[in-house]
Amino acid sequence: MKLQRRTFLRLGAAALGGFATAACWPLRAMASAFDAAFKAPDMNGVFKELGATPTPSDQIQFVSPDIAENGAVVPVSITSKLPGTEQIMVLVEKNPNPMAAVFMIPEGTEGFVSTRVKVGQTCNLYAVVKANGKFYSAMRETKVTLGGCGG
Amino acid sequence: MNRREFLQVLAAAAGAGLPLMARAAQAASDWAGLYDAPTFGNVHFLHLTDAHAQLNPIHFREPSVNLGLGAARNRPPHLVGAHLLKSFGLKPGTAEAYAFTCLDFESAARRYGKVGGFAHLATLVKQMRASRPGALLLDGGDTWQGSATALWSNGQDMVEAALALGVDVMTAHWEFTLGAERVNEIIAKDFKGKVDFVAQNIRTADFGDPVFPAYTLREMNGVPVAVIGQAFPYTPIANPAHFVPDWSFGIQDENLQKVIEEVRGKGAQIVVLLSHNGMDVDLKLASRAQGLDAILGGHTHDGVPQPIVVKNAGGETLVTNAGSNGKFLGVLDFAVKNGKPAGWKYRLLPVFADALKPDADMAALIARVRKPYEARLGEVLATTTDTLYRRGNFNGSFDQLILDALMAEKGAQIAFSPGFRWGTSLLPGSAITLEHLLDQTAISYPQTTLTDMTGERIKVVLEDVADNLFNPDPYLQQGGDMVRVGGLSYAIEPGAAVGQRIQDMRLDGKPIAAGKTYKVAGWAPVAGGVQGEPVWDVVGRWLRAQKTVAITRVNQPRLIGIDGNQGIL
Repeated sequence: MKLQRRTFLRLGAAALGGFATAACWPLRAMASAFDAAFKAPDMNGVFKELGATPTPSDQIQFVSPDIAENGAVVPVSITSKLPGTEQIMVLVEKNPNPMAAVFMIPEGTEGFVSTRVKVGQTCNLYAVVKANGKFYSAMRETKVTLGGCGG
Repeated sequence: MNRREFLQVLAAAAGAGLPLMARAAQAASDWAGLYDAPTFGNVHFLHLTDAHAQLNPIHFREPSVNLGLGAARNRPPHLVGAHLLKSFGLKPGTAEAYAFTCLDFESAARRYGKVGGFAHLATLVKQMRASRPGALLLDGGDTWQGSATALWSNGQDMVEAALALGVDVMTAHWEFTLGAERVNEIIAKDFKGKVDFVAQNIRTADFGDPVFPAYTLREMNGVPVAVIGQAFPYTPIANPAHFVPDWSFGIQDENLQKVIEEVRGKGAQIVVLLSHNGMDVDLKLASRAQGLDAILGGHTHDGVPQPIVVKNAGGETLVTNAGSNGKFLGVLDFAVKNGKPAGWKYRLLPVFADALKPDADMAALIARVRKPYEARLGEVLATTTDTLYRRGNFNGSFDQLILDALMAEKGAQIAFSPGFRWGTSLLPGSAITLEHLLDQTAISYPQTTLTDMTGERIKVVLEDVADNLFNPDPYLQQGGDMVRVGGLSYAIEPGAAVGQRIQDMRLDGKPIAAGKTYKVAGWAPVAGGVQGEPVWDVVGRWLRAQKTVAITRVNQPRLIGIDGNQGIL
């Protein structure tokens, strides 16, 4: 059953690929607005490019592993309960460029995203949410270890 | 002559093979009342964990070093020796002191004999079931790995033993090192309709779908009970991920809370978590999760005589840990009245092979599964003049033997050996058989390696493992002990920050240079595709050439900042 579902989704993804080129231009236009933030070498640099330092909020639910199973693909998911959520970002503090992802949340969409980010070394991960023009954040530490030696 | 001297004389005599009758007569009074466990309440769980495939009775020396830091300092399970006895009101010089501590290990071992063994355990399980109708037998995992026969039979000997023992519910850790396919095969064939394999915290890596049922709901003496499974959260990190390439683990406490609410919603009046988290993780989890009556825990091999009661927003949760190597059977009774627990009793019963008559059916099963391998198992490689053991935060004497062999056979300056918590003990004068060597090394990724490592890299490795053991946040610990180190001497400050614990690394008295390259031998690589001679071949060859081994000095690091810590003798 699961295999069938996976196959079905793969087929679906292939089909969608055909439409993707047509749909890509607005994303590209938006990406340019974040270019500088993606290139910033540290957290303060990112916040400078965004134009504000976020305030911590308990209205953001941020799920990430305590210890990464594979630092190259660390699953994270973010739920924003903040009214007027427009953007959800993922920042990895000690990566050479902390800004890992930005998602645009159109009005009326559930403020939920799930993705995978690369985490080079043990550090804090931040979920940053822009809501009604203001920036909010939630933080979690993820440990990256060499592994082995357990139990 | 004081009592200890008398016992030593007695032990020496017994060792000489003379008065076995005298030992039995002496011992009979030792066992009086040990297994008197009157029935209490109407909900009963029997708990076995971390047997590590030890079908026959063995010796197992408990740790003399098990440091707790921060909130865990000087609290169970981080108490050893007399500190542990005092904390739980146990008397020194008793059978229980022998079971729970390493005090007077050699003389106590000679007096009280071996521990564990599935035939003896089966007798105890039957005895407890007889007085506790409806009791569920829970297996916390690390059952199918840890011996030659389990490795050579691909876990089949232990699967059959678990079925014969009557295991009802199971979760896992080392089982996964047999590979996902083999685990699935056992669940689908051998366990079908007999054993519920549960794990709320394993999901497919792609879509996050559950891989196993999260729980089982049973009715026991008219009371609905739920057993939720918690597999070892860091399996793909602490062990090779390539054995479970499509599965993702983790503690998953948000999901656990949902599962608890689901089973409560379905009417469960007692909810327990069968956990392979390790006790420190379980204690933290118990402070966060609401609605668990108990966490029956394993992984860290802590033989904790009584549960730790943890308060949380939902009430309180009992946290237990039931030791290892088949040495103990946990018995947890709840009295449930009007849909609510009105009281509980817990016993962690040591399995003394001399005190329990072996179950004939299980003994026959063990003989049958061992038969094809007996000749190989019994090969004597060498004799040891000293006690050989592993368990403890830092090098044990059996680790030292492995390290010495690796360095000699590989031509290495330094050797690393994993800080596993399993591995049985041998008394002075014992033959070291191939079976004993496999008791320390029987894993499905046994390759040995010889690597050029810079001093800087060596420091990184030691710091990384030290943080897995001593990170102040239990959720960031993996539950193994410190990597065993040969050749290199070092100091460690467990309470320091990550990156600053390892100090004063030296080789032959000279400081290790960050930029210099050293030859380092090791085994048990977590990366896939590594080639190398199996560790038992390398160490076996060395042992055969030695004939007699004396491990008079164990390379222990110099400890900094642990004054007053009761996790060390």
